[in-house]
Amino acid sequence: MLYDVAADLLAARSQMAFTLGFHIILACLGVGLPTMVLIANAIGLRRNDPAALLLAHRWSTVMAVTFAVGAVTGTVLSFEMGLLWPVLMGRFGGAFGIPFAIEGLFFFLEAIFIAIYIYGWSRLSPRAHLLSGIPVAVAGIGGTFSVVAANSWMNQPAGFVLGADGRVAAVTPFEVIFNRATFYEVPHMLLAAYLVTGFLLASVYALGLLRGHADRYVRLGFLIPFVIAALAAPLQVAVGDVAARGVLEDQPAKFAAMELIAVGGSHQPETIGGILVDGKVVGGIQIPNLASILAGFSPDTYIPGLDSIPVDEQPPTAIVHLSWNAMVGIGTALVFLAVWGLVLRWRRRDYANARWFLRAASIAGFAAVIALEAGWIVTEVGRQPWVVFKILRTADAVTHAPGVQATFVAVIVLYTGLGAATLLALRGLRRRWAGQDAAAGGRAYGHAMDEAIPYGPHQGPEGPPP
Amino acid sequence: MTTVQGTAVVLWLGLTAYAVFGGADFGAGFWDLTAGATKRGAAARALIADAIGPVWEANHTWLIFDLVILWTAFPPAFAAIMSTLFVPLTLAALGIVLRGAAFAFRPVAPGLPERRAADAVFAISSIVTPFFLGAAGGGIASGRVPAGNAAGDPWTSWLNPTSMLVGSLAVATCAYLAAVFLVADARRSQPALVDYFRRRATLAALAAGALAVAGIGVLRVDAPVLADELTRRGWPLVVASAALGTAALVLLRRGISRGTRVLAVGAVVSVVWGWGVAQYPDILPGSLSLADAAAPPGSLEALLVVFVVAALVIAPSLGLLYYLAQRSRLVHRGL
Repeated sequence: MLYDVAADLLAARSQMAFTLGFHIILACLGVGLPTMVLIANAIGLRRNDPAALLLAHRWSTVMAVTFAVGAVTGTVLSFEMGLLWPVLMGRFGGAFGIPFAIEGLFFFLEAIFIAIYIYGWSRLSPRAHLLSGIPVAVAGIGGTFSVVAANSWMNQPAGFVLGADGRVAAVTPFEVIFNRATFYEVPHMLLAAYLVTGFLLASVYALGLLRGHADRYVRLGFLIPFVIAALAAPLQVAVGDVAARGVLEDQPAKFAAMELIAVGGSHQPETIGGILVDGKVVGGIQIPNLASILAGFSPDTYIPGLDSIPVDEQPPTAIVHLSWNAMVGIGTALVFLAVWGLVLRWRRRDYANARWFLRAASIAGFAAVIALEAGWIVTEVGRQPWVVFKILRTADAVTHAPGVQATFVAVIVLYTGLGAATLLALRGLRRRWAGQDAAAGGRAYGHAMDEAIPYGPHQGPEGPPP
Repeated sequence: MTTVQGTAVVLWLGLTAYAVFGGADFGAGFWDLTAGATKRGAAARALIADAIGPVWEANHTWLIFDLVILWTAFPPAFAAIMSTLFVPLTLAALGIVLRGAAFAFRPVAPGLPERRAADAVFAISSIVTPFFLGAAGGGIASGRVPAGNAAGDPWTSWLNPTSMLVGSLAVATCAYLAAVFLVADARRSQPALVDYFRRRATLAALAAGALAVAGIGVLRVDAPVLADELTRRGWPLVVASAALGTAALVLLRRGISRGTRVLAVGAVVSVVWGWGVAQYPDILPGSLSLADAAAPPGSLEALLVVFVVAALVIAPSLGLLYYLAQRSRLVHRGL
């Protein structure tokens, strides 16, 4: 059978990138939302706060939708591991698969308890209901650890011996899971999940505050996710800084592409923007010595360049470098936004009236998603041409099944529809809730429709727990 | 029992759980599709939504569990299956996305047209998905998936008599299980629907039985090795499946609901294990044995540890979920 291997490889890579780029947003929400919901729920119970309970109830509905979509898009990724990359799995499944098996456990727990939590609002005791949500938040963290450990293994494969047939012949699970990259990739991704969820959720309520709705419901809806994201933002920059030095040590080619370093040496400038043309940086601005200083705290720090990497082992530089710039730029801006919030608090200014702050906060969610995608591109494209770093090339891992180009098109169409339907569903929810609030002449705390009343039709949220 | 055998048993346990619980959820979609016009089918659809709403994601996880076990424990088999059966498995994956998303969107659909669209997508993908998964299983069982990267025929590996048989049988079995489960759910919350689903369970049982009988002939011609092994080694399970299925049918006809679930599940479990026993010790019949496909001991031991943890943590959690669902403590209260 005749087919174009290069075109199939491109289609397979694009399909993987597209479906993973889609899923990663939902995965972040799956990790971050349960924490937000539980905090609102706990505040609501502890302070008898109907606004907090209503937020928890509504957020848990959003969580139900995004978790379901995330569950099925995650399943597609499991299929794609074999549909697109059978050689990767066939040869390395014995090692690479282990973190996924652990991830499966966490996902199972998450799926079970998220159902109990979401469907348990009215007929479980408030305490039991709140407790049932805790495994969801914990399993999200465990799941992130496992799945990112698997990705780390692709960057720093360890814990196995290759046999003569090219398959993994002996495995040390512990070393597979705790490979060199696990230590910086996992916390980076975990913080990203809270950042993205926090700023996305806060964005929604920042818009509400800008429209002049400044009741407790909207304030709390802004404050809970914003505070979590604002705590995560500076931590993320610190972890990212450590991660970058880890990449410099472990994957110099990726680092050279990130920093656009053509020729190795000390006194490397930090390049912002620009691309590499024939080994020369074109466009962008350069800050002398900064890359060396950031990498080793001294302008004398030597950074290897692409000249020390064989041409057929170099990643594409333009996309890696520009994505890197985008991620660092947005990450830094988000720290400033967090500090801005802190300053407002110090000066006892009401953030609900700080319009420029709210405007910035209202785009922070979108920006955080861009940073997330950019960071993922840096990791994945920066590892190319390898799928298992220095061991298996992506081109050698791809399926020989004909039809990848067709499925790529089908997947684009399907996921575009899926994304649109998800957004429409969420918009529909917002409208429905706005309608309930309007009908209640404020917030629908004690709405006649029992669905809006947490903990049962015969008891308002203000009452004592049954 | 060696670690390879132990891991194979774990794989098959996962497959069994998916066939029973995931299968019943797929089958619920079948009854959703055939429930009739919007108004007439409303009660049945509501019961179906209530029944599977809290549990489908957990039930679906068995599929992930199995994929993960397969690629970690028997990597070359996973590679061969996913690459040769690229077409049906891609379609199954897309079906899974459509189905899960449509089910999640149903209750939050802004209006009736959106709701109807979500209903239709959910129901149709509930039939298409098990069919393609079954067709893929038929391709494996009939020895059409050789080891290697897309080494088998991309079309005849699943467009063949055994695949069509197993695909159809999968759809019928799912519908059967779902109807039997829904009889019990109806007894709890909507007694008016008990007879409704009992009739459907009977029909599905007859359809699945007829397909199984026809299947004997199909396998004899199309997959003689599988047929031989089924009669030589797998016969007790085949007989058990027939006996349990018939017993369930008799109870259904007599209007007795008690015990039908156990019998129906037993019939399905017997078929799944009959298949496993028949193709043992091969994971890809005629091409790759379990032992040759197996990952190194370290990987298998890690998986067995994961399985033990799952048994200690996941099993009671699932038990709690089913208990709460069966006690009507998990209810959909709208949004």
